[in-house]
Amino acid sequence: MKDGIPIALGYFAVSFSLGIAMLSAGMTAVQGAVMSVSNLTSAGEFAGVRVIAAGGGLLELILTQVIINLRYSLMSLSLTQKLDEKVTLWQKLLIAFGNTDEIFAVAMNHQRSLTLPYMLGLQSLPIIGWTAGTFLGAVAGGIMPRSVSMAMNVMLYGMFIAIVFPVARKSRAVLIVASIAVFCSCLFRYVPFLQGISDGISIIICTIAAATLGAIFFPVDEKEDA
Amino acid sequence: MNIYLYILVMAGVTYLIRMLPLTLIRGKIRNRFVKSFLFYVPYACLMAMTFPAVFHASDHVIAAVAGVVVAILLALKGKGLMTVAVAASVTVFLVSLVCGIQA
Repeated sequence: MKDGIPIALGYFAVSFSLGIAMLSAGMTAVQGAVMSVSNLTSAGEFAGVRVIAAGGGLLELILTQVIINLRYSLMSLSLTQKLDEKVTLWQKLLIAFGNTDEIFAVAMNHQRSLTLPYMLGLQSLPIIGWTAGTFLGAVAGGIMPRSVSMAMNVMLYGMFIAIVFPVARKSRAVLIVASIAVFCSCLFRYVPFLQGISDGISIIICTIAAATLGAIFFPVDEKEDA
Repeated sequence: MNIYLYILVMAGVTYLIRMLPLTLIRGKIRNRFVKSFLFYVPYACLMAMTFPAVFHASDHVIAAVAGVVVAILLALKGKGLMTVAVAASVTVFLVSLVCGIQA
């Protein structure tokens, strides 16, 4: 459970800015909290909020979630190799719910095989922090001066940058893939006849295009696979 | 459309993505293309969401650019997620303040 404290604190601050984004998308604090406690995914929720704000359809929403959260299936897959043999099927159903990037990272660094009590302890505080942060962010977003909430808007992007750039510096392939994604996303934003395409669809297309090119030209070595 | 329907669909999809591999698949993925694709997805997706949207997330483009520069520098120095996120945010706030005074 102790391992979850730093994650919970980080989640609280980041979800706070997610709450602000939800508020500007026209969602209430309660809706935001419900979304956070049931989804538990920063990038996925953030993209979902953008689809909702743009009045996108359900199919678009489903596609964005599948693409953006696809990485979790890979993490869940790795997790299967490390779970304690005694973990039963219904216990796996519980563990799956809280498999976020950070929890996965900590779990994989854990020295022993993963038991149900360890996983639930690890997940509990981050889930609380994530949900509470979203709720308070959406509440506070309404009363905070615009300059403060605009600045906090940038936090989530800052976190994304912090995830990608250190890896991109070490791996030229990741750098190229990330650059392709950025280039593609700029096209959708600034090229006139592409501007009509919604946010969610544009993120999906850019992600698939960049990751596919990466997989073709820079296939991952067996060694690199964590 | 009801926003709770959106939330329910999102939660359902996200849960299935996490749950199915954990319960169904017991072996290892062998296909190199699939493995590589899945490896690159998070980076591509996060960057597509960040750029160029981050430059439009503040009232002042200069402030947003400053925030991004600070975030990138700190990230490359190996600072943690929180440090980078907070520093970017504080930078945007301060630069916006200066821009606001001049405007």
